[in-house]
Parts: sequence; structure tokens; C-alpha cells
Amino acid sequence: MTELIFFTNQVVISGLVLGCIYALGAIGITLVFGILRFAHFAHSELMTGGAFIAFLLASLFAAWGIVTPIPTGFVVLPIAMVLAAILALGIDKGFYAPLRKRGAKPVTLLIASIGVTLMIQGLIRLFFGAGSYSFFETEPKEVFRMDMTSIGSTRPLVITEPQVLMILVTLVSVLALHFFLTRSRLGKAMRAMADNADLAQVSGINTALVVRVTWIIAGALGCMAGTMLALDVTLKPDLAFNIILPIFAAAIVGGLGQAYGAIAGGLLIGFAETLAVFNWTMLLRPLNAILPDWMQLPPTLALVPTEYKLTVAFVILVVTLLVRPTGIFKGASS
Amino acid sequence: MIQRSLTLFGGLFVLILLMGWVMGAPFTSSRLVEAAAYALIALGLNIQWGYGGLFNFGIMGFLMVGGAAVTFISYPVNPVFWGSEGPAMLGRALLAFAGGALIVLAARKADRIGITGKWKAALTVLAWFVAYVLYRSQLDPAAAYIESAAGGGWVGGLGGHPILGWVFGGILAAGIAYVVGKICLGLRTDYLAIATIGISEIIRALIKNMDWLTRGTLTVSPIPWPTPLPQDFQAGGMNIATSLLAARAGYLLLALVVLGVVLWLISRAYAGPWGRMMRAIRDNHIAATSMGKNVTARQLEIFVFGSVLMGIGGAMLVSFVQIFDPSSYQPINHTFLIWVMVIVGGAGNNWGALFGAVLLWLIWVVSEPLSKAVFEFVSTWSTQFGWGAIPEIEARSAQMRVFVLGLVITIALRFAPKGLIPEVVKRES
Repeated sequence: MTELIFFTNQVVISGLVLGCIYALGAIGITLVFGILRFAHFAHSELMTGGAFIAFLLASLFAAWGIVTPIPTGFVVLPIAMVLAAILALGIDKGFYAPLRKRGAKPVTLLIASIGVTLMIQGLIRLFFGAGSYSFFETEPKEVFRMDMTSIGSTRPLVITEPQVLMILVTLVSVLALHFFLTRSRLGKAMRAMADNADLAQVSGINTALVVRVTWIIAGALGCMAGTMLALDVTLKPDLAFNIILPIFAAAIVGGLGQAYGAIAGGLLIGFAETLAVFNWTMLLRPLNAILPDWMQLPPTLALVPTEYKLTVAFVILVVTLLVRPTGIFKGASS
Repeated sequence: MIQRSLTLFGGLFVLILLMGWVMGAPFTSSRLVEAAAYALIALGLNIQWGYGGLFNFGIMGFLMVGGAAVTFISYPVNPVFWGSEGPAMLGRALLAFAGGALIVLAARKADRIGITGKWKAALTVLAWFVAYVLYRSQLDPAAAYIESAAGGGWVGGLGGHPILGWVFGGILAAGIAYVVGKICLGLRTDYLAIATIGISEIIRALIKNMDWLTRGTLTVSPIPWPTPLPQDFQAGGMNIATSLLAARAGYLLLALVVLGVVLWLISRAYAGPWGRMMRAIRDNHIAATSMGKNVTARQLEIFVFGSVLMGIGGAMLVSFVQIFDPSSYQPINHTFLIWVMVIVGGAGNNWGALFGAVLLWLIWVVSEPLSKAVFEFVSTWSTQFGWGAIPEIEARSAQMRVFVLGLVITIALRFAPKGLIPEVVKRES
């Protein structure tokens, strides 16, 4: 049983947490791609920027002496999400809208989004330096250790409070997004525009409003993903820049333009990464007792060494592009 | 047009002189050598993007391949490795690799013996897995042995001339570009961009972690120069400052010769039927296909040509700084910077790419000391007002160049989308 609990700690929980973050990031990317038809690289900076906004708000709360029962990062999250949505709208207005008006190709918008990435990254580094910050400097990070001796495990099941909240919040926001996209008028308009922008405009859908709503959702969910990532590990200026490619991989694996595909892709990439570096000997060790001497398991039996963890996502990305470029959920074709 | 180019190049020359006067000749001469290497890389991207319209965002990977190649060729031989069992073990790993490749190929041909559809797909996946396990089972012990003291730490170099290393960098980059192109070139622009970034990250992870081959994060230095080093001049009785300048002038001359030859060749290619065909494919590949052009093969060709220049440029940079440090490669410094160079300079125009490369490299290196000066000025000013000084000026100004790069590219896209020296489109009347 110890082995199973270890597997849960190492793979199920961390894969789920990573998958949730990838999924939330990938939804934003996939929505922007569906509506505006370009790969938005600066999404990483919406995430990092959102996380820094949340961090500033949390520091303000701490300075005012407000003590909250759950980590302050989660309490300030709604305010931070609103601010990040405004930031996303501002970026669109300042950089992408003029290019769209000129009728620039998606490639130009992509390069512009890289320019925006560099600028925001430069600004964040300018104000916060290159060091790392923690949300848990003034308050403790609560760790739940569930005793599992009753089912015969010597190890406890370990999960931190932010991780529990993170999974819950992701679940709630994904459900909310689902109802928004399928039930509300605006959500239906968004899906119509993602299917066929010209037809949507002809049938009287306010495309400018749809574009604004897209940026609001992308910014808010990006902020949520960034803040949760920062709560799980630490906050640093290249927080999301390093994982933007796995997030793109998640969006493409799920099918670009498909919101549900992004969620599936995010979880898939998250679990694939943790499973690939997992040391299977830890789980299969009891087998050593029944296996003959020449078949004893080696001390490490992982599919890839730990330092190649992020590479797993890229390999999945390339294989997907080769074998099934439309992704699981048949998104935009390549 | 010609007048505009001349004015811009004249301005650039004045800027270089100004920089030499303010920052000192040794600093400027180093930056000029690097600018020449970056110009070569930018020309490579200009072929791919400007001539052929290919969206290669994996430049960093090709630069690293070039750097690793020149390290392998020109670094002195490691006698401990060649005297140990390492080469034999590596040979077995190579055999395992070949065996794995055969297994995968065989599985792909499974339809010949009646296995089709889902069964074939499952068999292919299984074959990949078996091949991977086979390769890892041979490579892992070899890598561990070579990295130990008995194996000599790493394979070392071959002790060849650095110019051979540059050539090898180009060849290796061409080989990798061929594979990458075969995989990715069927994809649409933004997918191609993401796929190439992914591949360059895979290359980076491999080079960084294959300690037995590249020494990984332990870094390799000193890598020899193709031209005499400052130390050689000093041995001849020259003082240090002059020897630095003389050595760098020699290197710069060599780099300029390479650059000049490349520029001449690719300008000829641009003006010839081959260049016309490439532009036709870039502007409308459907029309080009209907004219009987093999678009996929031509795009692969241009992707490989461009990557050769990137490999050579990457090798030149590594030989110049004399150290190969895989962890110093970043997408911002080695992919996005090159893109900004080509777009600001003028995609499709070789002189534009050249101009953009030198200008952007100078902006990139100058923005750090410049922002430091600005911060210090503001700091003294704010101190006088009693608002306190700006903390950590050094660290902050180092980050400013990323911001400046982003600013330059967004402004360029908005106000000069075709670049400062745009492509000249000739029309037959």
C-alpha cells in the first residue's frame, strides 16, 4: 500500500495540479486563437503579470494586517483577475487592434505578441528584479498529511492547502466557462465567431464585443493560472515564460480553438510529464520478491531522466502535429 | 532607395565610430566581430523568411548545434577517453540506435505482411518503445562510464582547425534542418513556429544534459581561434591593448570574408531564376504548384540552406568567445533577437537584414550601459528631492535590453512593417 500512496503523491496529485495550470493557460490561448486566429505568445506574460498583481495585492493585505482563513493569494484572486482582464484589454487596444485594423496577417500578430512578451517581461524584471518571491512569507503554507496506516501504508498522503484549493477553483471555473459558452447568448456568439467569423458578423453578432470578452476571459484565466502556479511553487519573472510551450502543446493536442480540448490537453500533458519522469521501481518494488534474481528491477526505472521533464511536452507536441494536426477534439487544421 | 540605404549605412557607421569613442576600442571591436556573426545568422533567417516565407523559430537550436560542432572539431583530443573503453561502448550504443531505427522502419512497413489499421499503429508505437529502451539500455552505461574519471569525463575534441569546425557546424545544422524540415514543413505558419520552437528546446535539453558529449553545464573552454590569439601577438612583444585590437581585427577580417562570400552567393541566388521561383512560392504557393514547382521540396531546400548559415554563425560566435556554455542559450537572445534584426532591417532584402543585424546588436549591447546611466541620473535627481535612490541599478539595467528589444519590434511592426530597407519588388512593364 505504501507504494500506491507514494504513486498518488508523486503522480496523481502533482500531475493533476500541473494539468490544472496547463489547462487554464491553454483555454486562454485556444480562445484567442479561435476568435482572432493567431498564436498569442504573450499569454505567458498575462499569467506572470497576473501573478505579480495578485502578489502585490496579497502584500497590501498583509501590510494592512488583514488575516484570512485561506491563503491570501486566493482571497485576492478575484480582484487580481479583474485587473489582469483590464491589462489584457489594454494590450489588445494598444498593440493588436491597430495591426488588425490594417489587415495584418496572423504571422505579424504573432510577432507582435512576442514583442509584447519581451516588453512585459522587461518591465516585470525592471520592477521586481530577477529574484523569486513567495506568497507564504507572512503566513504558513498548510500541508495536510493524511495518515494512511489504516489501509497498511507507512507513508501519509501529502497535499498542500493551495493544491486542494487550486483543484477546486479550476473545477468551478471550468464549469462556469462551460455554462457561459453553452447557455449564455454571448457564449454562443463566441462559439459562432470561432466557427466562422464572417458568417457571425453577417448574422448580426457584435464581433467587437466578442473580441473584448475573449480578452477578458483570457486575461482572467491567465491570471488565475499564473497565481496558482506561483502559489504552488515560487513567483519569479520567468514563471510562465518557461511553460508557455507546454501550454501551447496542451492547446494543440486538444485542438486549437476548442475550449474543452484545451482542458483535456492540459491534463494530458500534465500527467504525461509526471508519468514520464516517475521512477516506476518505487511502485513495482514488491514484485522484486517474486521475480527471479536476473530480473530484479534496477534502482531507477523512469522513462526519461528528470532533467528532460519539459521535453516530454515538446515531443508530444511534435508527434501530435505529425499524426493528428487537428488535435483530439478536431480543432483548426494545420 | 539606394540613397536611403546609403544614408542608413552611413548613420550606422557614425554610430559605430561614436560607440568606439565612448565605450573604447577593445569593447567595440569585440561587438563588431559578434555583429558580423549575427549578420550571417540574420542572412540565414532572411533566406528562410524573406525569400521563402518559412517561419523558423528554432534558430537557437541551430546556433547551439553549430557551437557544439565547432567545440567537437577544434577542441584538443582527450587521450583518456580514447584510451578507455568509452569508444567501444559508444559504438555499441550506435549499433543499438541503428537496430532501433531498423525495428521502427520494419514496423512502418507492417502493412506488407497484412497488418493494417489500428494494429499497425499499435505495432508502430510498440516498435518506437522497444527501440527507445534498446538505445537507452546501451547509451546510459556508456554515458555514465565516460562521465566517470576512468572514461575521461567527456569525449573531448578532435583537435582540428576551427574553420573545419565551422564547416562541420554548417553540415550538422543542415542535417538537422533536413530532418526538422521533413517533419514540420507541411504545417501552417503558426504551427510551424510552435513546432520549431519545440524542436529547438529539445535540442537545447539534449545538448545541455548530454554531459558525455558536450560537457553540458560544466562548459568547455578555451576553444581555439582560427586566427592568432592576443597571447600570440603578446609573445611577439606587442603590448596588451594593441594585441587585443590586432587579434580581433584578424578575426573580424576572417568573419567579414565569410560574410562577403555568403552575401555575394545569396544575392546572386536571389536575382537568378532560383530566387524568382522562391519568391513565387512565398507569395502564392498554390499558383507556384500549378506552374509545376515542387513546393515542399523547394521549401525544404531553402530551410536547409538558411540553417547552414545559422550553424556557421553559431560556430563563429562560440569560437570567438572561446567558451561553449549550453545554459547561456536563451530563446530571447538567440531566436527573438534574430527575428527582430531581420524584420527591422527588412525581410527579403539582404542589405536590410545585414543592416538590421548590426544595428540591433549594437542597440542590444548598448541598452544596458545606457539604461544604467539613465537610472543613475534619475537616482541622483530623486535623491536630491528626498525620494531616495533607485536600488539595485546594476541588476535592473541588465534587464532593460529585453524591454528595449520588445519596444523596437512593436514600433517597427506598427510604423515600418516592411523594415527600414524594404525588399525591392521589380515589375516588368
